[in-house]
Amino acid sequence: MSYFGDIASATKTLISGMKITGRYFFVNFFTRKEIITVEYPDNIDTLKMFDRFRGEIVMYHDENNQHRCDACTMCEIACPNGSIEIIWDKAINEETGKPKKFLEEHIYHLEMCTMCGLCIEACPADAIMWGQNFHHATQDRSHLTKSLNQPGSSFIPGYKNPKK
Amino acid sequence: MGNQQFLADKIRTQEYHLNMGPQHPATHGVMRMVLKLDGEEIRDVEPVMGYIHRSIEKMSEHITYKQIIHLTDRLDYLSSHQNNEAVALLVEKATGIEVNDRIKVIRTIMSELSRIASHQLWWAVMGMDTGALTTFFYGFRDRELINDIFEETCGSRLTMNYSVIGGVRYDLHENFVKRVKDFIVHFRKKLPEYDQLLSNNVIFRKRTEGIGILTKEQVIAFGMNGPTARASGFVCDIRKKIPYSAYDRVHFEEIMATEGDAFARYKVRILEMWESMRIIEQLIDDIPEGEFKVKTKAVIKLPAGEHLQRVETARGDFGVYAISDGKKNPFRLKFRSPSFANMHGLNKMSEGTKIADLVVNFSTIDVVVPDIDR
Ligand code: SF4
Ligand code: SF4
Repeated sequence: MSYFGDIASATKTLISGMKITGRYFFVNFFTRKEIITVEYPDNIDTLKMFDRFRGEIVMYHDENNQHRCDACTMCEIACPNGSIEIIWDKAINEETGKPKKFLEEHIYHLEMCTMCGLCIEACPADAIMWGQNFHHATQDRSHLTKSLNQPGSSFIPGYKNPKK
Repeated sequence: MGNQQFLADKIRTQEYHLNMGPQHPATHGVMRMVLKLDGEEIRDVEPVMGYIHRSIEKMSEHITYKQIIHLTDRLDYLSSHQNNEAVALLVEKATGIEVNDRIKVIRTIMSELSRIASHQLWWAVMGMDTGALTTFFYGFRDRELINDIFEETCGSRLTMNYSVIGGVRYDLHENFVKRVKDFIVHFRKKLPEYDQLLSNNVIFRKRTEGIGILTKEQVIAFGMNGPTARASGFVCDIRKKIPYSAYDRVHFEEIMATEGDAFARYKVRILEMWESMRIIEQLIDDIPEGEFKVKTKAVIKLPAGEHLQRVETARGDFGVYAISDGKKNPFRLKFRSPSFANMHGLNKMSEGTKIADLVVNFSTIDVVVPDIDR
């Protein structure tokens, strides 16, 4: 192809490509139909993540500030990278009179968690679940180490896990 | 001419070395290439790898098979579903776990969606590497729909960890079928635009046609595979050769080209997106009923010996090779990653081309750097 022929065909294909970009520009400029981008912090009130979105691990607490975790440490074993540490102690159960494990602190290292979901799958009591918060950015790494059981919370007395 | 001859006699010229990367937009990640140049012409390309080596294979020796799956997400993050599937299939084959049709079909649909998403991203970046920024936005616009499908069903957009041993982690979301159908309708309209925008553009054609030619023999000698090798006429689709999951029941073409140049590699990937949509359409209407996960033992141990499973990711033949000594973690695990194999062809491809062509060649072999380094 000649030099000028090349230029002519390049211009032709450029115009055919610009037809698409031009159409998107003008149609969306007037109708705003196909615009899919959103301004992120502005839509924060209406922004809803999908139900299954994996943002972080949270522990279920009922209205009396009670949780279902009996410190069985299954989640700690299942975690591939040691993001979970369970601190437990034993106390005498008043009903049976036998010593029983109870949860002191469920430590969760968000900074190491890969959101694989193995801990949730392993938990026999459904005590932990996915939370949908994704605003995790922080200045200090230590802010990401969390205690999942709320202060002052306790085990639901006599909670029997349905799967066991 | 006389003037040039005069200069060539007077001025001493020599080959020199130039670093490209490790932080360079065209290397698609942390990868360094040492170029040996004569003027602007490339004499030799030496890729230097290992900048993001995370020793995933070694880590796998200390964790259970269930836990290994989530590490494979971090190899080729654009084909994470196929990588998960490879480990799941390996364990299922070795321990004799039978999965039902529903699981097979779900896995196949997810794999093909990942393939489309991966090729969309590649197309977006390919355009950008050759100087067309618009493609970047259009590619990401369409990929967003697939990411939404993944997020709704699997809970995450990139590192899905969805295939598990004996099935899939969650059942399909109730909106899944509708969303996939909507996507296919949408993308069948948009894919011709890709051609109009980039494939037919004369400037793009001039930059890709006849550049970086590899013959079939060279491709085989380098151990290359996937769309990159198929563009040179090497029949190597694992989905056809060793069908796994539901690939034995769907009809699709193995896309081939014979030219072996950069445009052939481009063309193969564009046509593969059409084929993937064809596969999804055959399966989406009647997903069989059944469990989404079969019961497995709590502790999974592989029988002692060697185990191998190959799958076709968006980049080619991904293999998992495990040596087990009967314990709950592998004695040795090896991932055969397609990006690493395809990387070998780059030097041969780039011989005698210009630096700008190296960017095109690198883009058309479509490597993912964490997949090379592992
Ligand atoms: S999601 Fe995975 S990495 Fe995170 S705490 Fe649970 S098991 Fe550990
Ligand atoms: S969260 Fe669940 S698995 Fe973890 S210690 Fe508590 S009950 Fe056990």
